[in-house]
Amino acid sequence: MDEIQSLLHGFAIALSFKNLALMFVGIILGVIIGVLPGLGGANGVAILLPLTFSMAQSPGGTTSAIILLSCIYWGALFGGAITSILFNIPGEPWSVATTFDGYPLAQQGRAGSALTAAFTSSFVGALVAVIVITFLSPIVASFALEFGPPEFFAVYLLTFCAFVGMSKEPPFKTIASMMLGFALAAVGTDPVTGALRLTFGSTALLTGFDFLVAVIGLFGIGEILLTLEEGLAFKGASAKINLRVVLDTWKELPRYWLTSIRSSAVGCFMGIVPGGATPASFMSYGVARRFSKDGNKFGTGMVEGVVAPETAAHAAGTSALLPMLTLGVPGSPTAAVLLGGLLIWGLQPGPLLFVEQKDFVWGLIASMYLGNIAGLIVVLTCVPLFAAILRIPFSVIAPIIIVICAIGSYTVHNSMFDVWMMLVFGVAGYAFKKLAYPLAPLVLAIVLGDRAEASFRQAMLVSQGEMSVFFENKLVGGMTTLALILLTWPLIAWLIAKARAR
Amino acid sequence: MSAGGGGRPAFGQKSAEIVVAALFLLLGAIVVYDSVRLGARWGSDGPQAGYFPFYIALFVCVASAVNLVVALVKKGEDRAFVEVGQLKLVLSVLVPSFIYVALIAAMGIYVASAIFVAFFMRWLGKYPWWKVAAVSIGNSVAFFLIFEMWFKVPLPKGWFERLLGLD
Repeated sequence: MDEIQSLLHGFAIALSFKNLALMFVGIILGVIIGVLPGLGGANGVAILLPLTFSMAQSPGGTTSAIILLSCIYWGALFGGAITSILFNIPGEPWSVATTFDGYPLAQQGRAGSALTAAFTSSFVGALVAVIVITFLSPIVASFALEFGPPEFFAVYLLTFCAFVGMSKEPPFKTIASMMLGFALAAVGTDPVTGALRLTFGSTALLTGFDFLVAVIGLFGIGEILLTLEEGLAFKGASAKINLRVVLDTWKELPRYWLTSIRSSAVGCFMGIVPGGATPASFMSYGVARRFSKDGNKFGTGMVEGVVAPETAAHAAGTSALLPMLTLGVPGSPTAAVLLGGLLIWGLQPGPLLFVEQKDFVWGLIASMYLGNIAGLIVVLTCVPLFAAILRIPFSVIAPIIIVICAIGSYTVHNSMFDVWMMLVFGVAGYAFKKLAYPLAPLVLAIVLGDRAEASFRQAMLVSQGEMSVFFENKLVGGMTTLALILLTWPLIAWLIAKARAR
Repeated sequence: MSAGGGGRPAFGQKSAEIVVAALFLLLGAIVVYDSVRLGARWGSDGPQAGYFPFYIALFVCVASAVNLVVALVKKGEDRAFVEVGQLKLVLSVLVPSFIYVALIAAMGIYVASAIFVAFFMRWLGKYPWWKVAAVSIGNSVAFFLIFEMWFKVPLPKGWFERLLGLD
C-alpha cells in the first residue's frame, strides 16, 4: 500500500507545530469568512493569497501556504451552515439547501442539534471525500502522466462542456459567460508568440485581467450588493450548544447512515466532475426527500434534511481538489483560486505534482484529514462567538468588507487599476447573478484560459491543424465525444421530453 | 423594503436581459475585431495569435445573440429586475464605493478607508461620533499593523503617512 506510506509521510509534514498552528488560524479565518456576507471561500482565499507570496518562498513554505489556504476553504464550508441555520441567510451558496430544514429547527429551539448535525455530517462528507482523494488521486495522476496536449485539451473541453450540460442556468447564458472568461484570459501578452492581444494600447491591460481580482469583485462586491437588497438587519435565533445536545444529536445521527452514504456519493461525484458543491447540496436534499420515509415532513425541521445537503456540500467541496491536483482542472471556483495559488508559487498542477512534489501533495492530503478534525472541534466549541459576528450591524461590517476587498485586489499586482476593475466586476457579478448567468464557469475560464489555449495550440501544431487529433485514439476520442454529448445535453433532454410528451 | 413606495420596479427584467446580452455582443465583437487584426488564421509556424480568441469571441457573439433574441421575443408579464427601494440601497453602497476607490488613489488607502467607514457608520448607522471615530480609525490602524508591519505588504499611502514619517 504505497498510498498509506505516502500518507503517513504526509502526516509527518503536516504535524509540525507551524503547520498545525496555520491549520487552526486557517479554520478560524475561514469560518469568519463563511459567516460574513460578501466574503466566501473563493474570494476569501483570493484576498489572502497575496499574503502567502513571501511565505511560499521558504523551504517547505508552499506546503504551509496551501495548508493555510485550504483550511480557510474548509472553515468557509463549515461557516456557511451557521448563518443558514441561525439566521436563515445562507452565508454560502452551497448552504442554501441547509436553510430548508435547519432554520425551522432553530425556530423550534433546536438550533443546537441542527448545528451539531450540520457540522458532524459536514465532517463525514469531507472525510469520505478525503479518503477518495487519498486512494483515487495517485491512480488518476499516474494515468494522466501519459496525457499529451490533445488529451489535456479534451479534459478541459469535458470540464467546460459539463458546465453547459449540468448547470441549472440557461445553456446559452452558460456559454456566453464561460467564453467571456476565456476572452478575458486572452487579454495581454500571447504566451506563444508574444504578440499583444486586446490591449488597445493600454499599459494597464498588458498583464491581462487577473482572476483573483475577478473573483473578489464577482463574489465579494457582487454578493454585498445582493445582500443589500434584502435589507440591512439580520435577525437570528440564539446559538446554544452544550455537550449534552451534541451527544444527544450524535446518538440520533447513525439512523441516517443511508442518507449519509448517498449524499457522500452524490457530493464526491459532483465535486470531481465540475458540478460543484451548490448543485450537489440541492441534488442530495432532493434525493433524501424522495427516499426518506419522512419525506413529506422535509422542510418543517427534519434533522435528516440538514444531514443530506451538508454531507454532500462538504464532500463536493473537498473532492473538487482531486481533479485540481491530478489534472490541473479545478472542480469549483475556490479550487480554481487554489490552483491559481499553486501557479503563482511556481508549482505546476497536474500529474507531475505527484512525482516531483510528493511532500507538497501528501502534506496537503494529510492536512485535509487533520484540518477537518480541527474544523469540527473549532465550530462545535465556538459557535456563539461566530454567530455574534453576524450581530455586528451592517453599516459597520459592509464598509469594512469593501475595504478588505479593495486591499485584496490591490495587493495582487500593487495596481490601482485592479481596484477599479474589482468594482466593475462587482457590478457585473450583481447583474449576472440576477439574470442567471453562472459565475463559476466564468472564473474557471479565466484561470484555465491560457492553459487550455496552450494545449489546444500544441495539439494543433502536432496535427498540423487537423481537428481529427481529438479523435485519434480511444481515450481522447472518448473524452471528446463525452464532452460533445454533455454540451448538447440540454438539447437532447429537450428532445427526449418532447418525444415522451407525444 | 417597501418604504417610500420603494416597491415599484426601477426597471424590468426584460430590459436588463437585453442590455446585458447586448453588452456581451459588443464585447464579443471587439474581441473578434482585434483577433482578426492580429491574424486569426493558420500561419507558417502554426496558429496565429488571434486564432484562439477569434473562435472564443465567435462563441460569445452567437450565444449572446441567442440570449438577445430570447429576451426580445419573451412574452408575458415583465418582472422587476430591481425595485426602486432596492436600487436606492444598492446605490447607497455602490456610489460611495466608487468615491472610496478614487480617494485611495488620491490620499492613500488608510485615510480613505477611515473616511469610508466613518461615512457609512454616521450616515447609514447614525452612530455617535466617538464610536464612529473609534471604529474607523481603529480599523485603519489594525490594517496598517497587519499589512505594513506583519506581512510587509506595502499598500498605497499618501500625505498623511508621509506627515507621520511612515512612508
